[in-house]
Formats: sequence, C-alpha cells, structure tokens
Amino acid sequence: MTSSDQQVDSNLSQENGLAIINSKAPFSSNYGKDALDVALIFGSFEQKVSLFFQGDGVYQLIANQDASLVSIKDYLKTFSAFEFYDIEDIYVCQQSLVNRQLDEAFHINDVQVLASVEFGKALNRHQHVLRF
Amino acid sequence: MAITLTFENTIIPTDKQGYLLDHLLWQKDLALVMAKNDEFELTEEHWEVINFVRQFYLTYNTSPAIRALTKAMKVEFGEAKASSRYLYKLFPEGPAKQATKYAGLPKPARCI
Repeated sequence: MTSSDQQVDSNLSQENGLAIINSKAPFSSNYGKDALDVALIFGSFEQKVSLFFQGDGVYQLIANQDASLVSIKDYLKTFSAFEFYDIEDIYVCQQSLVNRQLDEAFHINDVQVLASVEFGKALNRHQHVLRF
Repeated sequence: MAITLTFENTIIPTDKQGYLLDHLLWQKDLALVMAKNDEFELTEEHWEVINFVRQFYLTYNTSPAIRALTKAMKVEFGEAKASSRYLYKLFPEGPAKQATKYAGLPKPARCI
C-alpha cells in the first residue's frame, strides 16, 4: 500500500465511520443499551459514529418515558450526554414514526428525521454498520 | 483484597474494588472514610471533580469515561481544568476510575 492510499483510507474512515442501527424498542430487551455502550466506546476513542433509529427503535427517542417505573436503569437519559462523546449524527426514519403514529417529540435535540430514501442514503455513507 | 467499608457502625456494601453497590448511600463523610482507607488525600480540587462526576451521573445515568469527563468539565470550569493532564495529576490511578469511586458511583464500564 502506498502512502497516498493510506491517506485516502484514513479520510474515508473519518468521513464515514460506524453506523449503528437501533431497531428495537427500549427496555424490553438489552439491544438498545448494548448499542448505546458500543456508541459511547467509539466516542470515547474519538471514532466517528452515527446513530440510526428505525422500526420499533424509534421508541428510544420518544420523550417522557420513565424506565424507573419498571425498575430498569433508564439508559435513555444518557442520550443527552452524546455531545461529550462527539456523537452528532442522529437519524430517525420518518416512515417508522408515521407507521406508529408517533409525533416528532424527541427527548434529545438535533435529531434528523429522514424519509426512507434519504435514510438509506445516509446509512450508505458508512463503511461499517452494526444492527441492534 | 476487599476491605470491608464501615461507616457509622454500619457495613456499607461495596464491590471487590471498593465501589459502592448503592450510590444512594453516598455522602461526603463516607467519601472521606473511603479515601482514608485508600490513604488518599482529598483536596478542594479533588472535590470539584468528585462533585462534578456525581452530578454527571445523576443527570445522565452513566459514569463518564475520561474523554467525556474532560469535555464536560470544559464547559463548567474552563480549559485549564479540563485537560487529562490536570485530572491525572489529581487522580494518578485514572481520574474517571478514582473520582467515581469517591463519588459513590459504579466503576465506569468504559474505563480509563
């Protein structure tokens, strides 16, 4: 590999990084918490990570949920700390919201609601995808 | 070796490394006992970080790892105190690790 190839590679990984798809509702399983842990680890090591919410995963973004009512540690509160982990790209699938008759009332700011095609395009920009 | 943590004639449950199992049992005097057991002296600067880490946990339900800690502290205390250099001077064994202990919080999973 030449040095210019390496340059291109590192640019790619910086621009694209890791995409994490959240497709499960919170609290009924560990998927959401596991996805969060992976995101925070990547953030802690200055690796770029984007979060995608689709299907029942969109419920993780909906405001006014209280996990303590079901005696579970409320990991959704940690979403508000994303800025300290440089997690800035958060995408939610509009169709998934519509299908569930959910308003765009999220408990964190800077969530980007994307139509299916745009959502897919945004996902496509990433080199690695993990699905939870 | 785990040392039993005794405070006001009560045994406070901890994990093997001395972290509280229930962060609600924490109070400032208990932190002093924990630090004394470790032969670690807590200054005003230490308390600034300990209180900050505890507030972070209560707000976000997670103990911050070092990078997130410095980023968050920058907002509150400014550039000078928000460097890992400064924090490691205060907590040589790892700021996130040591500060969370005396703040009565679980050991951060993403630990350095």
